[in-house]
Amino acid sequence: MSTERRWIRVTGCDSIPVREGKAVELAGRRIAIFNLGDSFLAVDDRCPHRGGPLSDGIVSGSNITCPLHAWTFDLNRGQVLNHPESSACLATFPVRVEDGHLSVQLPAEEPGSVSKPAYCAHRDRPVRWVLRKTPPPTNVRSSSP
Amino acid sequence: MERLVVVGNGMAGTACVEQILKYAKKFDITVFGDETHVNYNRILLSSVLAGEKSADEIILNSLEWYQQNGIHLRLGVRITAIDTAAKTVTGDDGSTTPYDKLLLATGSSPLIPPIEGVKKSGVYVFRNLDDTRALLDRAHKNARAIVIGGGLLGLEAARGLQVQGCDVTVVHLMDTLMERQIDFIGGGYLKAKMECLGIKVLLSCDTAAILGDARAEGIRFKDGIELPADFVVIAAGIRPNVALARQAGLQINRAIVVNDHLETTQPDIYAVGECVEHHGVCYGLVAPLLEQGKVLAAGITGNGGQGYQGSTPAAKLKIMGVEVFSAGDFSDTTPGNDAIRYEDPALGTYKKLIVRDNQLAGVILIGDTSDSRRYMEWLQSKTDLREKRRSLLFPEPSADTGLDVAELPHGKIVCGCHGVTKGTIVEAILDRDLTTLAQLKECTRASTGCGSCTELCLHLLKAVAPQFEQEEKKALCECLPLSEDQLREIVRTQRLRSVQQVLDIYGHGTGCATCKPALSYMMDMVWCGTHLEDRSARFINDRVHANIQNDGTFSVVPRIRGGVTSPEELRRIADVAEKYNVRMVKITGSQRIDLLGVQKSDLPNIWADLGMPSGQAYTKGVRMVKTCVGTDFCRFGVQDAIATGIELERRFENLFTPHKLKMGVVGCPRNCAEATVKDIGLVGQEGSWQIVVGGAAGKKVRKADLLVTVESAEEALQAAALFFQYYRENANYLERTYDFVERLGIERVRRETIYAPLAVQQGLRGRLRKSKANSRDAWLEGDHPRHPTQFVQIQPIGGSL
Repeated sequence: MSTERRWIRVTGCDSIPVREGKAVELAGRRIAIFNLGDSFLAVDDRCPHRGGPLSDGIVSGSNITCPLHAWTFDLNRGQVLNHPESSACLATFPVRVEDGHLSVQLPAEEPGSVSKPAYCAHRDRPVRWVLRKTPPPTNVRSSSP
Repeated sequence: MERLVVVGNGMAGTACVEQILKYAKKFDITVFGDETHVNYNRILLSSVLAGEKSADEIILNSLEWYQQNGIHLRLGVRITAIDTAAKTVTGDDGSTTPYDKLLLATGSSPLIPPIEGVKKSGVYVFRNLDDTRALLDRAHKNARAIVIGGGLLGLEAARGLQVQGCDVTVVHLMDTLMERQIDFIGGGYLKAKMECLGIKVLLSCDTAAILGDARAEGIRFKDGIELPADFVVIAAGIRPNVALARQAGLQINRAIVVNDHLETTQPDIYAVGECVEHHGVCYGLVAPLLEQGKVLAAGITGNGGQGYQGSTPAAKLKIMGVEVFSAGDFSDTTPGNDAIRYEDPALGTYKKLIVRDNQLAGVILIGDTSDSRRYMEWLQSKTDLREKRRSLLFPEPSADTGLDVAELPHGKIVCGCHGVTKGTIVEAILDRDLTTLAQLKECTRASTGCGSCTELCLHLLKAVAPQFEQEEKKALCECLPLSEDQLREIVRTQRLRSVQQVLDIYGHGTGCATCKPALSYMMDMVWCGTHLEDRSARFINDRVHANIQNDGTFSVVPRIRGGVTSPEELRRIADVAEKYNVRMVKITGSQRIDLLGVQKSDLPNIWADLGMPSGQAYTKGVRMVKTCVGTDFCRFGVQDAIATGIELERRFENLFTPHKLKMGVVGCPRNCAEATVKDIGLVGQEGSWQIVVGGAAGKKVRKADLLVTVESAEEALQAAALFFQYYRENANYLERTYDFVERLGIERVRRETIYAPLAVQQGLRGRLRKSKANSRDAWLEGDHPRHPTQFVQIQPIGGSL
C-alpha cells in the first residue's frame, strides 16, 4: 500500500519550534506538523469536535490539546484521550526528515475523500467535523532527529 | 507525682511520651534534647533536602504542645551522666535532675567508616535538621557531590542533592544497592532507576581517603583510583548512641539490651528506639520504634499487655518516581523459602515474594509498590496463603475504593508508622466531628509518619465525616502531584527558571495543558520576568498575543486606557478594519473596541498599522480600567476618575495575573463604571477614596470588599498596588480575585497587605516594580518575532518526491 502514497517536501525542520505545531496546506488539506524534540508527527489540523486548529494547541509529550475545548489526542495514533464517549480519530501522516527538511506522506486517494464531514458517532453534541476512523498506520512512520 | 525523665527528644521518645499521656497524667515529665529544635519527623528530612517540604512542615510537636501537656522541655542540653544510686541525671549545662523513672531514647549517630581525612571541611553527614540545612547551603548548581553509601539514606540524600542541581555520584561498598532491604536482582532495577534520574552509581568501591588539603576535593578508592568532587556526604549507616548507658553500667551488646518490657538491666531505667537491642535485633526504621514506645507506655502506666514481641521491619524509599518497598526476609536460598518473582525490565517493575509454610515471609517491590499495604497485612497477620496462591502477585479484582474502605476490618492498621487502626480513626472522626485531614492528624497521629496512608485516611474521612472538607492544598494536575503553594516554594528555593526544568524534575517531563500555562505564569511571577520564557508551554493566545475564536481566527483589542480615545485613533482603527476585512467591529463591555475575525498572519501588520499597544484582552493578565468621566465633565463628580484610572492602568498594564483582572475607577459613589463589581475598584468620595477588591459581575455576582479608605489618589494607587501584587503572588492559577478574597477572608488580606509590616509592604512593592520593569508591550513582537515562523503560515516547498 505504501507504493501508492506520495511524499511531499514541506519545510525546513527549524520552521517548527520544539514542542510546537505548525499548519500547512498540502494538496487541499490542512495538516498540522508537530516538533516533539526528537521526532516530528503530522495529523489533520482539524479537531473532530468543532474543527479547532490543532496546530495551535499545547503539546505535552506526544499528546496535543485543542485550543478551543481542550480535546486531547495521541499524535501517534490519532485517538482522542479525554472523551471516551467519542470514537473520533485523527488521520495521521508519516513524516520523514532528509537533510534538514521535512516531508509528509499523503495517501494516494483523491483529496477530500477523507476530510469531508462524516456522520457523528455521538448524538449529544452538535458536531460537524468528524473523520471516519482510519486504521492506525503500521510501520510507515520514519523519523530521525 | 512520679518524675519521668526522658533523654532524647526524637521520634521514639516523644511518641512514647504521647502514649503515656493518653493513659494517665501520672508523671511529671522532663524531656532533654541535644538538638535545639522541637521534635520533628526525621524520616522526612530527605523531603526537606529535595525541597518538597519546608523545615516547619516536618515538625511533629510544637512548643505549645509541650506547654499544654505540662512537659518541661530542655532543648540544647546533652545528658552526660546518670547516677543510678542517687537516681539523677547530669547535663552538660551542669544541671542535675532527679528521676523516679528514666527513659533513654538517645537514638543513633551516623556511622563514620575508617576513611582517611573525614575531618576535612566539605565532608558532611545527613542525620538531623542542622545537617540538612548545611547541605542545602552547600549544594548549588553543577557542584559535584559524592555520596558514600548506597542504602536508603544515601540514595535519598543523593536525590535531594541532585534536585538542588548538583552532579551526584553514589559510591557504595557492596556490589548491589540497599543490600539490607533488597536482593541482587532488585538492586539492579534500583540502580537503573537512579541512573535514569541522572545519578551516577559506583558499586564495589571501597573508599580509602578524602582528597584535598584542608577541604575535600575528591576521594580515593582502595585501588588507587581517584574521583574529584566539591563535597562529600557520608551516609554509611548508623551507630546506636550507647555511651551514656555504658557509663551508667547498663548491659550493652550492639546497643542497650532490653527485655520484652523495654526494661534495661538497671531498675527504673527503660530504653526505646534506635539505641535499643531487643532479642539480638536493633531496629533503624520508624514503625518498630513507635511500637516500642507504645508497649512501654502501656507498661509504665500499669496498663501492660504481653510486652514487645519484635517487629517486622519494612522499608520504603522516599524518592518520587523510584518506588521501592521491602519487608521481612527476602533470602531465597534459605531452605523452605519459596521465591515467587515477576519482572518486566521495560517497565522497570520487579516483585518478589518469599513464602514459607504457606505464609508470607518477605516481600520486595520495585517500580510498583501499590500492593505494599496488602503484603504488609499478610506479613503481620501471618495470613494463610493457600487460597490466594494463584493471585499472589496480581491484585484481586477490586471494587471502587469506597467499598474497599468499608470492607476493611475495624482492627486493621491504617497507619503503620503509628499503629493507628481503622476503628480508632472512624471513632475519632465521629466522636470529635473531624472534617479535615489536618484535624485527623492532630487527633490520631495517623499519616504523620511516612505519609503513605494519607490516601486511605482521606477515603475514610470522605466515607465517614458528614462534612468532609477537602484540604486546601490541591495538586495542580495529575502529572504534577504538588500543590501550587509547594510548587512556588520549589521554584523559588530550587531556582528553577523554566517550565521544562520543573517538569523534568518533578513531573514526567511532559506536563499537560493544565500545568504548563500555570507553570508559565508561576515562572514569570516568581522571577519577576527574568525567567526563561518557553512559549510552547503557553496557550496559543499568549504565543500570538491575540484571542483565538471558534473558527480559528483571532480578535484584536488595542489598549485604550481608561476608555479614553481620540479621533485619530478611531480613524486608524476604522482604516485597519477595512484594510484587513475585519468581520466585525464591536464595542466591548469594558469600554474598548474589538476587531474580530483576523487571520494569524495579519496580526503583525495590524498592530503596526494601529500604532497602539496590546490591550491584553487575550490573556490572564491586566485587562483594563473602566472609568466614568468624573470631575472632568460630570456635574456630580467629586474625584478625578479619568486621570486616576489612566494612571492605574499604566502602572499595572503588560503584567500577567493568575486570572484576568478587571478594574474600575469611579468619581463618585453613584458608581457609573461599576467599580464595586471589579477585581479592583477605586470609588471616589468627597475628600477620600475607597479601595474595594474581589468584586465580580460574571457567572457569579459579588460586591467587592472594602480594603481600605485613603485620602489621596496616590495613596489609593499605592493600596491597589499592594493588593495587586499580593494576589499575583498568592492566588492559585485561574483563581479570580473574588474566589481568592473569599478563600482567605478580607481580614487576612488586609493584615497581609495594607496593615502588613513595612518590610513586607516594601517587598511586595519591590517585586511589583521589578516585574513591571521587565515587562513590555507584547505587540512589539510583531516587528521582532521570537521565532521566524511565529506569525507566518508555512508554505510548502512543493514537489512530490
